[in-house]
Formats: sequence, structure tokens, C-alpha cells
Amino acid sequence: MSTLNVLNKSPFEKKTMEQCLARLADGDSVLMIEDAVVAALADTAIASQLESVGAAHALYVLEPDLAARGLSSSSRLAAVKVVDYSGFVELATTHERVHSWL
Amino acid sequence: MKFAILVNEGPYQHQASDSAYQFSVAALEAGHEISRVFFYHDGVNNGSRLTTPPQDDRHIQKRWSALAADKGVDLVLCVAACQRRGLVDEGEMKRNGKDASNIAEGFRISGLGQLIEAGIESDRLITFGD
Repeated sequence: MSTLNVLNKSPFEKKTMEQCLARLADGDSVLMIEDAVVAALADTAIASQLESVGAAHALYVLEPDLAARGLSSSSRLAAVKVVDYSGFVELATTHERVHSWL
Repeated sequence: MKFAILVNEGPYQHQASDSAYQFSVAALEAGHEISRVFFYHDGVNNGSRLTTPPQDDRHIQKRWSALAADKGVDLVLCVAACQRRGLVDEGEMKRNGKDASNIAEGFRISGLGQLIEAGIESDRLITFGD
């Protein structure tokens, strides 16, 4: 019963990422899009928490949204994989449901 | 796979309309079906044919209308959200005694039942919003 959790706000602006990460079940994954992509970068205040979540869950970041903000995927956390929109679509099919944390 | 899309945010607000569109295009390119895009709350503003963004900017409404024309995607605006925000088709114009309509090509106005139906009949319902 895997869920793809989609986050679209920076964890430094809203609590959705914090609430999501605390509620992940086995097999769940996290995809960061829109303003949430800043959390995928190394050396932020949430980096160590994401690294530890990444040990048990797949973490993804939407590359076009990183690029739109002038951010490079090369400065992301090692635990985070990069996807484009077709990867987003594929993740939506390989998980049983998609939950957007709004 | 059959996808349904829910858009809860207006165009040019944050990024939901753009994300929903890009996801829809990618899904269609991968051979999936978009059974319906349902626009709710401020999302109904995606369906106004009177929008005139600067020429060097993307035209969000026309982009949706093209998706309906080219791929047969069903674009549905929530009627109650439309009434609150002044989104009007011919039928609503007559019914509410208005002097104009402003709904764009490819969009139609209907009720929340269309969202429920899309959720039941599709394999995945993906929400984009604020």
C-alpha cells in the first residue's frame, strides 16, 4: 500500500514536510516539487533529517523546478534522486496512490 | 493508466496550474490517459477566455484549451466556484441574468459530482494546489 507523497512548499515556510516525514509508512516515497525543491539541497537545516529518512524511503526532487530556481541538482543531498516530469508520471504509476501535501 | 487531475489554484499565482499542465503533457506523452482535469476554488480562473498575459509569457488558459482540442481532455470547472468568481458560460449567463459569458474553448461548467466520478473512474487522482 505504497504512497507517493508530493511536497510543494519549502520546509522553511510551511510545516507540511515535517508532518509528512513523520507519517511515512513502509514503501512510501517523497517527491519534492515547486518550492519544496530547496529541501533537496545539501547543508540546509533539514538536511540531516532528510538523510536519515532517505535511509528507509526513496526521496526524489523534480529537476525542472530546481532549474527554474537557479539551483543545481549537483548540490543536492546524496539521498535524493533526480526526476523530470516523465519520472514524476512514472512514480505516480508505481505507487498505489499519490498524496499532495497542500 | 488513467489519470484525473485536480487544480485548486488560479493561473499565475504560484505554480499549481503550470505543474498540473506539465504533468498532464508528460502523462499523455508516456501513453497514459488524462480522463479529466477538474478545476476547483481559484482554479476555475484557468478557464477565463478574457485573460491576456504579456506576449512573451505562457498563456495558461490557451495551453489548457489546446490540450482539450488536441488530446480530447475533459476540462471541468466547478459551478459553485465559478459563480462566486464570475466565470460564466452561455447557460449560466441566461440562468443568472448576466450580460456576458467568459468561459474559454474546451472548458465546461459542472458540479462536484464530476470530481467524485473522476476519482472513482481513474487509477490515480493527482492534486495540484497551494
